[in-house]
Amino acid sequence: MENSDQILQYILSGLSNGSIYALIGFGFAIIYNATGIINFAQGEFVMLGGMLTIFFLNVFQLPLLTSIALAVGVSTAIGIVFERLAIRPLKNASPLSLVIITIGASILIRGTAMLVWGKDTHALPAFSGNDPLYLMGATMLPQNLWIIALTAVIIMASKLFFHYTIFGKAMRACAFNSQAASLVGISVKTMVLLSFMISSAIGSLAGIIIAPLTMTSYDMGIMLGLKGFCAAIIGGMSSGLGTVIGGLLLGILESLGAGLISSGYKDAIAFIILLIILFLRPEGVFGKKETERV
Amino acid sequence: MSTNTFRVLFVFLLMAIMANPAIAAEPVKIGALFSITGPPSFLGEPERNTAQMVVDEINKSGGVKGRKIELVVYDTSGDPTKANQAATRLIKEDKVVAIIGPSTTGETMAIIPIIEKAKIPLISCAAGVKITEPVKKWVFKTAQNDALAVARIYEQLKKRRISKVAILTVSDGFGSSGREQLLAQAKNYNIQIISDETYGPKDTDMTAQVTKIRGSQAQALICWGTNPGPAVIARNVKQLDLKIPLYMSHGVSSKKFIDLAGDAAEGIMLPSGRVLVANSLPNSDPQKKALIAYVKNYQKRYKTEGDHFGGHAWDAVMLLKGAIERGGDTPAAIRDQLEKTKGFSGIGGVFSFSPQDHAGLTKDAFVLVEVKKKKWVLAKE
Repeated sequence: MENSDQILQYILSGLSNGSIYALIGFGFAIIYNATGIINFAQGEFVMLGGMLTIFFLNVFQLPLLTSIALAVGVSTAIGIVFERLAIRPLKNASPLSLVIITIGASILIRGTAMLVWGKDTHALPAFSGNDPLYLMGATMLPQNLWIIALTAVIIMASKLFFHYTIFGKAMRACAFNSQAASLVGISVKTMVLLSFMISSAIGSLAGIIIAPLTMTSYDMGIMLGLKGFCAAIIGGMSSGLGTVIGGLLLGILESLGAGLISSGYKDAIAFIILLIILFLRPEGVFGKKETERV
Repeated sequence: MSTNTFRVLFVFLLMAIMANPAIAAEPVKIGALFSITGPPSFLGEPERNTAQMVVDEINKSGGVKGRKIELVVYDTSGDPTKANQAATRLIKEDKVVAIIGPSTTGETMAIIPIIEKAKIPLISCAAGVKITEPVKKWVFKTAQNDALAVARIYEQLKKRRISKVAILTVSDGFGSSGREQLLAQAKNYNIQIISDETYGPKDTDMTAQVTKIRGSQAQALICWGTNPGPAVIARNVKQLDLKIPLYMSHGVSSKKFIDLAGDAAEGIMLPSGRVLVANSLPNSDPQKKALIAYVKNYQKRYKTEGDHFGGHAWDAVMLLKGAIERGGDTPAAIRDQLEKTKGFSGIGGVFSFSPQDHAGLTKDAFVLVEVKKKKWVLAKE
């Protein structure tokens, strides 16, 4: 038994899955930091990304890149509609009510997807083929590399956005203290809208890059959304490195657990980790570092 | 005032009497319980479509013994509680003489007490061995046992001299039943199960389990589940470059599996009803004519391929038709005639019931098929 090869394989698979959890967790963190609510509909945007791409690809026969761009665009538009209709009118509601509204929205989006596209699973073609690549005794698909690479790019881009552009800094200001931000002339409402837009875009992108591996269906958003939420909690709801590491850690631990302990308990491992974190260190593994809560 | 009321009542009474349907040519009411929505909808929808299609065909050619069949369908969404309620409704309100379905083993087991108490014959479209073993007087089934499917696979493995096998099963009813059978029958074929892994129905990545299997001594991998899990596993197997033969269960014996798994489906083998390879069967096969007609008619009406699962409903309706034609009118008579069915060439296989056997099939109901160039073909034994 080549044990070290196996462990390397588990880690590599875990990295790939973890990147997706990190991206989804990012979406949770951005909205949380801008508005103080957890958007439980985040998982549905992941689903929409994949389903819309397949829709544009198969029904309209558009090339892959165009379909992806359109899918992200439509998801972002749905995010805007969601924010306008469900969140903005209730600015003074308690965070709990808003969370319940997001749960309701997630059920609505899922149900609509089921009615429009049916319950079938659909496959998206891989971006660059299906032949496995060999890395020191472990194998990866090109799609895994795409996932890791694109995740890195998106995280870096958002880091640059939040720290070096005026909009990014304005959003961080809102997260820090929305009253003070509005006093200095930042439109908090616009920042909230922007946070939803960015979250939907990132979420749908995550759904698109994982779809060739896992295939999509109308209900793939539930589990992914929950695991992304776990990743965000582990990372302390930070919009930066914390969530990324949280996601990667979750992915790797899940993969190692399934491989070394028991495959039947794979999902349980993610939630056990979540419970442990919430009991022992609710501010997240990296919570302390992020006092500015960006 | 009261004379007027009397007149109105009288007119209503007349209308009620006249509205009574004629006593002659009363339709035969058959109930159907299918999971048209819910997780088992991949079973229930083709079953409902097929049942509707067959009943319409029968009615168009004059019905059965001059009477039209009226199919009363209820959707159970794969939920045993809903199945219970619907079954009670069919028996008490709709007063059906026989029931076909449900689509899953769990639901079937749940309604058996009601069926036995009401003494209405039931032809289930589910596969669980427990449905007809031990034999229950009023319960029959048309879907092949998973025990038979396992036997078919093991038969081939023994012929290929494969003795070390890894199994990867889904953690739902279908998968656990398959796993039970795989474990129980292994020693009969000199097979050793050296790796026993599971996965969840909604899991999207099984590379961990496949990695573990890759590191073991397994000479073949048997995967037991329904879409989309096995398609993901097929892709994972290709990704991890696992070179041992891959077998699947009859749970994925449909074109959908090939669509989902893409290139990774090439070379996969599984036991299936003959419907998948209807055209390549030898002409001497007693089922060939019925199979080709079924596939053609389903395609024409529903614009998609008739598959293995819809076939269970076809068999159920046609078995009932045969029983009624041979002399059954009341539920009890239908049941007796059903039990006497011998050599009926259906979609799932050739059925022969008896007082001890209400499943009616042998392992010859399955053929081994293989994916070659994205199509199902008969595998070489």
